[in-house]
Amino acid sequence: MNAPLTQEPTETLARYNFAYLDEQTKRMIRRAILKGIAIPGYQVPFASREMPMPYGWGTGGVQVTASIIGPDDVLKVIDQGADDTTNAVSIRAFFAKTASVETTTVTTDASIIQTRHRIPETPLQEGQILVYQVPIPEPLRFLEPRETETRKMHALEEYGLMHVKLYEDIARNGHIATTYAYPVKVEGRYVMDPSPTPKFDNPKMHRSAALQLFGAGREKRIYAIPPHTDVVSLDFEDHPFEIQHFEQPCALCGAEQVYLDEVVLDDRGGRMFVCSDTDHCETRRAGGHRGTMLGDPFLAEEKEVS
Amino acid sequence: MNSLLIASEVHKTFIMHMRGGVELPVVANVSFALKAGECSVLGGPSGVGKSSILKMLYGNYGCDGGQLLVLHHGKHVDIAAAGPRKVLEIRRDTIGYVSQFLRAVPRVSALDVAAEPLLARGVAREEAHERARVLFTRLNLPERLWSLPPATFSGGEQQRVNIARGFITDHPVLLLDEPTASLDAANRQVVIDLIAGKKAQGVALLGIFHDHDVRHAVADQIIDVSAFAAGRSAA
Amino acid sequence: MQSAQEQDSARMQTSGVAEHPLLAVEGITRVYGERIGCADVSFELFAGEVLAIVGESGSGKTTLLNCISSRLSPTCGRVSYRMRDGQTADIYKMAEAERRHLMRTDWGFVHQNPIDGLRMTVSAGANVGERLMAIGDRHYGNIRNSAIEWLERVEIAADRVDDQPRAFSGGMRQRLQIARNLVTEPRLVFMDEPTGGLDVSVQARLLDLLRGLVSDLGLAVVVVTHDLAVARLLSDRMIVMKDGRVIEAGLTDRVLDDPRAPYTQLLVSSILQV
Repeated sequence: MNAPLTQEPTETLARYNFAYLDEQTKRMIRRAILKGIAIPGYQVPFASREMPMPYGWGTGGVQVTASIIGPDDVLKVIDQGADDTTNAVSIRAFFAKTASVETTTVTTDASIIQTRHRIPETPLQEGQILVYQVPIPEPLRFLEPRETETRKMHALEEYGLMHVKLYEDIARNGHIATTYAYPVKVEGRYVMDPSPTPKFDNPKMHRSAALQLFGAGREKRIYAIPPHTDVVSLDFEDHPFEIQHFEQPCALCGAEQVYLDEVVLDDRGGRMFVCSDTDHCETRRAGGHRGTMLGDPFLAEEKEVS
Repeated sequence: MNSLLIASEVHKTFIMHMRGGVELPVVANVSFALKAGECSVLGGPSGVGKSSILKMLYGNYGCDGGQLLVLHHGKHVDIAAAGPRKVLEIRRDTIGYVSQFLRAVPRVSALDVAAEPLLARGVAREEAHERARVLFTRLNLPERLWSLPPATFSGGEQQRVNIARGFITDHPVLLLDEPTASLDAANRQVVIDLIAGKKAQGVALLGIFHDHDVRHAVADQIIDVSAFAAGRSAA
Repeated sequence: MQSAQEQDSARMQTSGVAEHPLLAVEGITRVYGERIGCADVSFELFAGEVLAIVGESGSGKTTLLNCISSRLSPTCGRVSYRMRDGQTADIYKMAEAERRHLMRTDWGFVHQNPIDGLRMTVSAGANVGERLMAIGDRHYGNIRNSAIEWLERVEIAADRVDDQPRAFSGGMRQRLQIARNLVTEPRLVFMDEPTGGLDVSVQARLLDLLRGLVSDLGLAVVVVTHDLAVARLLSDRMIVMKDGRVIEAGLTDRVLDDPRAPYTQLLVSSILQV
């Protein structure tokens, strides 16, 4: 039988399984996730698969999302708080293509939010899942390079070394200088690395109504924080944990008590501070809030007086 | 009875494995008693085993047979059969020793060396040092040496540190190995006086003195060690 | 902190009354196939005693040290330790968590090479404070003050507290290792050639420091050394080993001044006079 010279895309061409991973892999990852939820903060090893992006580009987060996503889910992807950076756009497109799910940039509309290094400003609700991309899951790694030792330390709850790191910070800098990937203690038992989120976001992890999942593809670990779980940042009695404070509100929407990014405006030192969480900023502006950069004179005057 | 220490049929032989196992008998059938308040002197020619007897009494040498009974904490204990901890206890509380040569430890001052036996018994450091100073003064040890480590002292100065260390406690038995060998006449007299003082306190002393005058001044009994010579020809 | 006198009195009372050993080693044997690491070694160690294990290379002394300090499982034999609450425990029957806790609080281990016993990339203060943080201390100021106190006790100037051991000399590193071990006031310290590789004057200083600390703190110590002078200076009792077996044991000055066994006589006669 003669094959036609051109081929129309037909049902016989290979297609991606739903959300790219095969079903057995998803089962394996779900088992790891369940174990992680059962032991909050404990790093569960899993057989990380080859993904169509290299290590270091969010393969862990993508595998977790791929294992839990269903056709009715609504997916939001952010990278450093923004929906419109290259990586966020690519990953969103990846799931749109392989799972045909609805995607959104609005935090409150999403059922699954995959994030790189930030937690959305809007408090998450029950039923939402936050999937973190994690580079190095082991909080003790830079102090104790041996995996055999760190596993024992977690197993035996030997966390003195973690406080050594914080001690060193205070000795060198006068204060705990760790500003991101700030170690936390989960449900009073496991010390965990929250991924390179700014310490500003640590309090949001505490007793969140959402399920928080963490995936490290290169290091092949999954861990989890079930909803309403205690997450406490490590500190010393005489050097208690403090989040970063920003002197100014967002220049675009005037939001206070949010994490701000610095944007350089010109080469004369001009700069502005804007919300890192782009959705939060847009939502506020849509609601009429204006920051100094958008020319709200009333707001500018107020700030000058105070 | 007021015999604080009794030696009974003690004998010792060195076996020199480095010289093909040749046996060197030291003493045999050593028997004597030391009474409270008396100074006994071990007499005999050089090499007859006097020092060895003192060292066996202190547990520094082992002995091959016989008994060395000392009244310790109200009971008679055989030093020859005692385990290391017991010997240390006896040295701490009952038997003191003035050795012939001072084993100098770097960085430890003469005062600390002399005070150590008191510190081992729980005496406060200041009081122990004060008693050491008193003895040093009596022994005419120059004050500028007191806080220095004795390693660089002359023989006589080291010996006086040794003497202070041996006399500083209230041990009921005191062993003296040539305590006056490097001393001048004035300090020899000090030692004689110190010995008299101990006798008055009821201490039993056993010593080796080569100096006739000193021996004459202190001895209440002479124990002739050549009587215990283990049947060997003179070296 | 008790005065030295109070500690001494307490020690005198306990050594007279409590005749239970702190560490009891029974029949410790470790073999490697046909080779004997150490064979049938037994001894007791009481509070405040210093025991030297002496031998040349290959004598089995380090194997023995590792077996009794729980770093190496013996082929047979038992090691029992009297815990702070008075109960005696077989250290190889303990749960690992308990054993690790013991090693961090009541025991110390001083390695021959201080690098093996220190964290070279954290400050001296953090090195000393680590054990305190491991047992739950959470006050930075107090931890730092304790660290400074201990550094001064081992004759390291307080202004070095934030320096890393990488910048320290060998003798200083060794003293830092000692401070790190002693900060939790252990009752038993194991030492593996603590003065090995140090210059003579540095050795003398370290030995004097050790003598003082042992005496002030009433430590029980097992020190492995090939240097008879170190044994004479530090220890009350001594064990001589050769080819994995105990050749002679007893009071240190007795073994050194009146050696009985042929090998001991050989060892003692081999010391160079200076």
